Amino acid sequence: MQEVMVKRASELMKDGTVSRVLGWKNGEFVYDPTPAVFESAEALSAFVYNDFCASNLSKYLIALSKKNGKTLVFLKPCDSYSFNQLLTEHRIDREKIYIIGLECSGKVDEAKLREAGCEGILSVKTEGEDIVVDTLYGEKTLPKADCLGERCITCKSRKVVAFDEMIGENGEVNSECGRFDQVAALEAMTPDERYEFWRGELSRCIRCNACRNICPACSCENCVFDNPKSGISQKAAADTFEENMFHIIRAFHVAGRCTDCGECSRVCPQQIPLHLLNRKFIKDMNECYGEYQAGAEAGSRAPLVNYTLDDCEPSVVYEREASK
Amino acid sequence: MRRIGVFVCHCGTNIAGTVDVKAVAETLGKEPAVVFSTDYPYMCSEAGQNIIKEAIKEHKLEGVVVCSCSPRMHEATFRKTVQAAGLNPYLLEVANIREQCSWIHKDKTEGTAKAIVLGRAAIAKVQLNTPLIAGESPVVKRALVIGGGIAGIQTALDIADAGYEVDIVEKQPTIGGKMTQIDKTFPTLDCSSCILTPKMVDCAQNEKITIYSYSEVEAVTGFVGNFSVKIRRKARYVDETKCTGCGVCTEKCPVKNVPNEYNLGMDNRHAAYIPFAQAIPNVAVIDAAHCNKFKTGKCGLCQKLCSAGAINYEQEDTIIEEKYGAIVAATGYNPISVDKYDEFAYSQSKDVVTSLEFERILKADGPTEGHLQRMSDGKQPKTIVFIQCVGSRDTSGCGKEYCSKICCMYTAKHAMYCREKYPDTEVYVFYIDVRTPGKNYDEFYRRAVEQYGVHYIKGMVGKVSPKADGTLHVQASDLISNEQLHISADMVVLAAAIEPDKSARPLATMLTASMDTNDFFTEAHAKLRPVESPTAGVFLSGVCQGPKDIPETVAQAGAAASKVIGLLAKNKLSCNPCVSQSNEAMCNGCSTCANVCPYGAITYEDKDFSRRKDGSMIRRVAVVNEAVCQGCGACTVACPSGAMDLKGFSTSQIMAEVDAICK
Repeated sequence: MQEVMVKRASELMKDGTVSRVLGWKNGEFVYDPTPAVFESAEALSAFVYNDFCASNLSKYLIALSKKNGKTLVFLKPCDSYSFNQLLTEHRIDREKIYIIGLECSGKVDEAKLREAGCEGILSVKTEGEDIVVDTLYGEKTLPKADCLGERCITCKSRKVVAFDEMIGENGEVNSECGRFDQVAALEAMTPDERYEFWRGELSRCIRCNACRNICPACSCENCVFDNPKSGISQKAAADTFEENMFHIIRAFHVAGRCTDCGECSRVCPQQIPLHLLNRKFIKDMNECYGEYQAGAEAGSRAPLVNYTLDDCEPSVVYEREASK
Repeated sequence: MRRIGVFVCHCGTNIAGTVDVKAVAETLGKEPAVVFSTDYPYMCSEAGQNIIKEAIKEHKLEGVVVCSCSPRMHEATFRKTVQAAGLNPYLLEVANIREQCSWIHKDKTEGTAKAIVLGRAAIAKVQLNTPLIAGESPVVKRALVIGGGIAGIQTALDIADAGYEVDIVEKQPTIGGKMTQIDKTFPTLDCSSCILTPKMVDCAQNEKITIYSYSEVEAVTGFVGNFSVKIRRKARYVDETKCTGCGVCTEKCPVKNVPNEYNLGMDNRHAAYIPFAQAIPNVAVIDAAHCNKFKTGKCGLCQKLCSAGAINYEQEDTIIEEKYGAIVAATGYNPISVDKYDEFAYSQSKDVVTSLEFERILKADGPTEGHLQRMSDGKQPKTIVFIQCVGSRDTSGCGKEYCSKICCMYTAKHAMYCREKYPDTEVYVFYIDVRTPGKNYDEFYRRAVEQYGVHYIKGMVGKVSPKADGTLHVQASDLISNEQLHISADMVVLAAAIEPDKSARPLATMLTASMDTNDFFTEAHAKLRPVESPTAGVFLSGVCQGPKDIPETVAQAGAAASKVIGLLAKNKLSCNPCVSQSNEAMCNGCSTCANVCPYGAITYEDKDFSRRKDGSMIRRVAVVNEAVCQGCGACTVACPSGAMDLKGFSTSQIMAEVDAICK
């Protein structure tokens, strides 16, 4: 796939359609490819695309679409939802972007490979239902399904929702993905149990801000956590209250805008399942206001910033809570 | 830190009864910023206001906190007070220690403690208040009246009489409303049409009045003095400017079996029709749902016959957009459906009718041409039973809890009419109470009983059973003689409760006007502002505000008109300076605020923030139209980055209040 992508990118660069390419290059290790901007066809020699290229490139387009000339971007299905959401919020100029949509069968979580005993990873390759991992200590073949990240296991959609052209076949939305099962399990807990669960998770937070910085919905010109006037800015988690509130405030800020791309959990160095907070909001909104997927359509009105006569009354929410 | 003065009001015993006002003044006097603190029996009195004015001068106050009633009551008063003493009026805060404190507490210790906390919050807030200056907005000298019944007609005539333009929007093909269907009006028994028709004609002929019949309000934006309204003019397939109302199309139309709304479905009309002879505008309508041309494409007879060339099957709904300074809701009422009252056998017998249907039977242009006869066999009824309060004063959940107010009087009118014109008729009226307050009303009712010999029986009818011989067996209880009655009646008339028209609720949403649980519009103040809605610039006329008869409706319609005239007479309105503002440096331009803004006050512009010349710093930012913003604050909570803030109610001010309460 990488060769096809590079070929197409250099064609578009040479015929003047685009001025730059946003993709990935190798990071320090083979399993941490980094988003990269390529300004010339020659520079594309450093372009990589493999099963580790998990990062969502949409957010970088906010800055790139302000530059002169068009930017070519490669978007996986989940990234395209973020792209649409940013379009809805007028953060990206669609005219300045050329999108190549990528068929995706899920990205590999390097931690899962380690669990399966892979050390000194040199490369990975998808072969049918399996992946072949080449390591310093020889080749290992593993079922791909066992090596995927959480968000790919419960993949909500393999459909690229915004593109100018596709590489590979476009997929379908999977409404039976079971991504809310874990949320339902949390809802079934008693408040005390749930509090303990979240304290256990959030107490590990080192307030590195990675979740916020990667999040395509967290693209404010001036984040409230960086604004001394907001009254909640603080760089370090000074106390347990801060630990809790940082993530809860963030979840509220992205509510209705979060496309559930799962980048927050992917980049968390402490493996906090932050996506569960966002999914709780999505589940609640679906239940109260009908199914809504942020980013499925550019320009859609999220239920929280829309009013229709069919909206549920607040009492419905109380009744729902009481019936539990 | 600003120098703050605190003024605690006793409000007689309203506050002082459950709040130790001296202790509140004393405790708040010890707050760090407070340089003066006192209490007084009535702060809003002239003497009370003078205390505030003198203290501002003497103690060089930079902020004032009045602990008194709700700011809705006296904020404006005290703003004027501080302004008179040279302070900006927005450097005043009112701590509501009456509605939110003394009135809801019984225990004085608790009440006092809470009053102190509320006072502290206001002190914390006023520290951060900024001086604000109200802007001005122009007033569009045109009013919109929604609903063309007697309420809307009277309001429009009165406004036009004062020299202002008025538009009436009526969803039916003609104005006139319920009064056109009524035969006689109590208590004087003059003919309803005879007194209404001249007013309808006046509307049509008045240069200042535009009638949009067969039209509905589609959307309302804007605010007092500056409403912008979209009106859907439904296609009537007849060119209003060409139709002469000759009636050829309505006579020749081959579709003759459409239930006639004017007669409540008791007879039929054609698919092309004019609702009734005195319709205004006197223009035909083609009912596309029943017209052969629309259903099968075959017919077109009316078009061939129309000498004016007014028939146009291609006509489409049009939307017009007009600006108004004031809007009057006059959407009226309908009788409730009585289908669910199985015990009265309404759906089983044609001879069980509602009072409005009975009214149609009595009226000369009704289905029986004014002859009192049964709808089943055309025979003249000899025994008629009237049942009052069908669905009114009904706490069973089946009907309405309120009194429909007009039924006692029209039932007396119906009963009297029967006895007057057909003296051999026996007339029974079953009632819970007979309510006849109103000038000459009780006399009217007593005439029915004493002069006309109508049998008034206190008690409710339990069951009406249609019999094989065509009679209706009425089983009832007489509560005064405590006996069961069995009456063989020829006709039963149900005084159905009235309810607001179904169009009122969506309209209230468009107008952001509030409603009660029965869908009647709420007044700004039940006693002191009965014809104004709490939404500025929206006024109420007629039954849409609550059940009322014709004289009351006309009186209220005039009152609403005078309020509208008072508004339109002004050239400028002073704006509320507590409006939103966008911090451009923080705005993402994401449109979330514009999506939640109910007033359409937020627009966007691309602004160049670049210091370099590569154009990389052009950003889309929100701009608030201060004349349109009503200061509701929806945008401030929706904004993800906190770029939106409300002047006078900034996030920092509110947080300061919360902090003061939680301390």
